[in-house]
Amino acid sequence: MTTTKTETTKTTPTGIAKIPYYPGCTLKTTAKNFENSAIATARALGIELLEIPRWNCCGTVFSLADDDLIHHVASVRNFVRVQEMNDYGLVKNENRLVTLCAMCFNTLKSTNLRMKNNAEDLSKINDLMYREEDYQGKVEVLHFLELLKSLGFEKIRDRVKKPLKGLKIAPYYGCMILRPQEIGIDDPEDPTIQKDLLESLGADPIDTPYKRVCCGSYQTVKEKNIVAELAYDILSHAQKEGAEALATVCPLCAFNLDNRQKEVKAAHPDFEEIPIFYVTQLMAIAFGLGNEFYGFDQNYIDPRPLLKKKALIEQ
Amino acid sequence: MIKKVEITSENDKFLNKVNELSGEVVTLCDQCGTCSGGCPLVTEMDITPSQWMRLVQLGLKEVLDFKAIWLCASCFTCTVRCPRKIDVSKVAEALRQIILRKAIDYIDLKAIPKDELACLPQIALVSACRKFTG
Repeated sequence: MTTTKTETTKTTPTGIAKIPYYPGCTLKTTAKNFENSAIATARALGIELLEIPRWNCCGTVFSLADDDLIHHVASVRNFVRVQEMNDYGLVKNENRLVTLCAMCFNTLKSTNLRMKNNAEDLSKINDLMYREEDYQGKVEVLHFLELLKSLGFEKIRDRVKKPLKGLKIAPYYGCMILRPQEIGIDDPEDPTIQKDLLESLGADPIDTPYKRVCCGSYQTVKEKNIVAELAYDILSHAQKEGAEALATVCPLCAFNLDNRQKEVKAAHPDFEEIPIFYVTQLMAIAFGLGNEFYGFDQNYIDPRPLLKKKALIEQ
Repeated sequence: MIKKVEITSENDKFLNKVNELSGEVVTLCDQCGTCSGGCPLVTEMDITPSQWMRLVQLGLKEVLDFKAIWLCASCFTCTVRCPRKIDVSKVAEALRQIILRKAIDYIDLKAIPKDELACLPQIALVSACRKFTG
């Protein structure tokens, strides 16, 4: 099921391994707290997420129409940038491309798979990008969670300075890192990768069947009340199981579950608000990194009261 | 209620168009309803995913008039569960594309309130544009 590579991570003489990193648009704005916390935690684990020079939008959604090749060009161009990073010596023989945003991950990996499985498509795309060098089809798209798994959750446990003791967190996976099956990083029906990570941080993971149920995704633009109902189901079921917060790796899920609590509350006055974390924010706390890496100002529901109650951040 | 449907070459043409755009073989669907049972948006839809599959099998263009094909969020839950291994989300995409390729948009971007525009992440806006505009 999982595509995690077991190869050892190459390190430079300074002990830091450099891996090409694709941020995507939203990691620079509403999910800046996701990027900051992830880069800092990666560094604490001896990995430098090296931003691809001149990256461009991946397209956000993978075009599902069979004849629609032109929309794959944007993703492939980013793969050419990874080749250049190797050519120019920014990284050494490193074809892995790490993403944080679940939507970018899905789009990039789906495009890559189509290119790898279809030489004719790849050749057409290369012809379209006549100003670029040809994409050789060697890039491997990885989600940050897969990278952490390949390091071993034991290594992460060893790095923990402040265990998230007694913090009841429901991991929420959403769709884009699980489905379709050939793209997903875990069991599409019963994923565990975030639970394993949270356990290594000392937290108390809470299981809920809604962990892999869609939050409504981009329907939030036109149908925010439908999305609020989906969010209500996901959040209230987690609360019923005892969760005090949820963890995610998707900036769109985060928006729908966090910001849309305003609409949830309006439709369900008894609903009690619940904080939504990026899992990397929880890692930053557990690793004892400075609060400049937490970025809680960007969370809609402020998680600080909960963290103070658990004595995980200072009063 | 029994409805009599006459299948003509026009119906075949429509079915073939959807097969071609989706890369799927819609006639493989045996109407088990697994897609509809697991669809997170189905309670909001005017027809279920298995119903749009049936309408396409019969080559009935009226399938394009239902809101359901726009409420599909491409979450791929049906995709991983279909016992016939049909990617139902690709079929929904094909149906949307048939409309969008006539330059008929489903969303009016100007109608999005300013306070929403200020807080929506770019990935929401870009994907809505990709899915809802031609």
